[in-house]
Amino acid sequence: MKRRDFLKASLGGGAALMGAGTADARGNLEPAEEAIGMLYDSTLCIGCKACVAKCKEVNEMPATPLGEETAWDAAHDLSAETLNVIKVYSEGKGERKDAVKDGYAFEKRSCMHCVDPGCVSVCPVTAMRRDAKTGIVTHHPDACIGCRTCMVGCPYNVPQFDYDNPFGEIHKCQMCNQAGVERIDRGQMTGCAEVCPTGATLFGSRKALLEEAKRRMALKPGETYNYPRGDVRNPESHHQKAVPEYQDHVWGEKEAGGTNVLHISSIPFDKLGMPPLEERSYASISETVQHTLYSYMALPAIALAGLTYVVRRNTDDEGGDDS
Amino acid sequence: MSAYQPLKRPVLTLPFLALTVIALIGTYYLAQRFIHGMGIVTNLNGGYAWGVWVVYDVVVGTALACGGYALAITVYVMNKGKYHPLMRTALLASLLGYGLGGVGAMIDMGRYWQFYNIFTPWHMNFNSVMLEVGLCVATYILVLCIEFAPTLLEKIGAKGLIRSLNKVLFIFIALGVLLPTMHQSSLGSMLIAMGWKVHPLWQSLHLQPLLAILTALTMGFAVVVFEASFSSVGFRRPSETPLLAGLGKGIVGLLAAYLLFRFGEILVNGKLGLIFAGDLGSLMFLLETALFVFPLLVLSSAKYRGHGSLLLWASVSMLFAGSLYRFNAFLITYDPGAGYSYFPSVPEIMVTAGMVALEIMVFLFVVKKFPVLHDARHA
Repeated sequence: MKRRDFLKASLGGGAALMGAGTADARGNLEPAEEAIGMLYDSTLCIGCKACVAKCKEVNEMPATPLGEETAWDAAHDLSAETLNVIKVYSEGKGERKDAVKDGYAFEKRSCMHCVDPGCVSVCPVTAMRRDAKTGIVTHHPDACIGCRTCMVGCPYNVPQFDYDNPFGEIHKCQMCNQAGVERIDRGQMTGCAEVCPTGATLFGSRKALLEEAKRRMALKPGETYNYPRGDVRNPESHHQKAVPEYQDHVWGEKEAGGTNVLHISSIPFDKLGMPPLEERSYASISETVQHTLYSYMALPAIALAGLTYVVRRNTDDEGGDDS
Repeated sequence: MSAYQPLKRPVLTLPFLALTVIALIGTYYLAQRFIHGMGIVTNLNGGYAWGVWVVYDVVVGTALACGGYALAITVYVMNKGKYHPLMRTALLASLLGYGLGGVGAMIDMGRYWQFYNIFTPWHMNFNSVMLEVGLCVATYILVLCIEFAPTLLEKIGAKGLIRSLNKVLFIFIALGVLLPTMHQSSLGSMLIAMGWKVHPLWQSLHLQPLLAILTALTMGFAVVVFEASFSSVGFRRPSETPLLAGLGKGIVGLLAAYLLFRFGEILVNGKLGLIFAGDLGSLMFLLETALFVFPLLVLSSAKYRGHGSLLLWASVSMLFAGSLYRFNAFLITYDPGAGYSYFPSVPEIMVTAGMVALEIMVFLFVVKKFPVLHDARHA
């Protein structure tokens, strides 16, 4: 993917061209102390979409059937009424699960709950917030003006605006902890993790989930592993399964500052539709540029003082010739 | 007697009526948008959250409205008083262009009834480029109103008010130079956070604000040249070519600086190959670059520069160049990933066309009724 190749270079090159202007560069944000998240293991997912149905139930959203032939939910992408969706990778004959060639695999799409969220950085009215304790990225329609900068500023195209409603709002996964749901505050786990029959979606602290992901990565393919279901810290049950050949890559450990929702898989992530991200978040670059130019409004203030002086002098010169 | 005079011509001409029809069609679809939501009128989707309403009305439209800004720099900062005769036309066009940008932003705003949240300090996010753009554009529209006020006051003969206003006008002129510098560069900075979705040939990250302000300035100067040349042709008024040719010299510097930074960034970051990739991105880049280079060639030659029609073509080329740079970055080569595509719907285009029509109608009305155009006998 060509975009991936060039973005890395752009980081250094752009800065070099700008000279020393970016002295107080802001780095990526760090994960919240008690960040909670989810681990999605694509190799465990059987594509049953129980998580999609449960998500709609929790968020009181209607099913998205395919025309009139189907009565079941067939949402194929995120939308204002679908905050979580299972997508399919298929290559060639599409026969072997988790094989790149002639294979197929599943991939979950939902808010990744970025550690350094683009949506939070770009929102002019603080309608997107990162919870200081849990790291959950929340949305607040009472503040939102509907400019949809969060949509263009999200590397994963997660926030979705309800275009078909004259009084629509932005919708995104809030890890089942929004006002009126508050499953996390009540000690429950997210809906999708709770109903997942194979533990493909696992709930827990980001730390514990990252450990679990790395543990799986270290296993030998073919070994039997006791896969937990539900909450990684206190699993409801386990099931035994042969370890697949994982890609040595935990998506969300580092991408654009990392995410609280982590993914692991047997298929390279670009094939699963993950975006070409480097380690530095775009939010941090954007804020660095912005705060270099507008630090304490010093530059604009100096410029205005200079301009006022020059303009005053030059308008005096003209005298009456003006009107 | 003022050096500025209303063009005493009838307002209700055939072109004016044609514009009225376009404006009415736009108004119809606009009503649909507010009754049924944006989905019924636009082709916006989850991947393309911004369409022509944002990209034309706000991003391109306000850059096209930089005439007042560019001329204010020339007259009041560089102290070239001889360009002053062009000032009122440029200010009027800027006011209307920014007005369109403001109205366009409101129309596109999904939750417009809460727009005032952007002005309430407890909602402001000072990390947000969009906040800077919003506040700065809103303030600049007010500044433009004040800068243009003497024209209206002159009409009603409020001499005392003009005299008081003139005493403090320099503050607003200074603001009128500072504010566009801020938000026009920030409109470029918005692309940084859009990250990988912006084509590498247009994703210059740290250089975004610089490239945006340089192109906004070239567009501002181009629009001054265009309006002056065009009104001398369209309204059959004496040509101002010698005056405009002088501006052309300044534009050469801006164009050269822009091309230097643009290609410098591409070269340093090893993206040169993408220019010749033969895909949509490379094609649009070549077209856009040609549009920037043509005026550079015309304006750097003293012979061509003095040629009225070549000067006009150079300005048109620059207007298209700067506009295409913005369209390319924000829309044409913008790619949010597989599964998403966007092309504006007819109703969506008609809303924008209707607003542009209205803008032109107001412009025609004002120059015919108010002392905006400079009386050639005084030049």
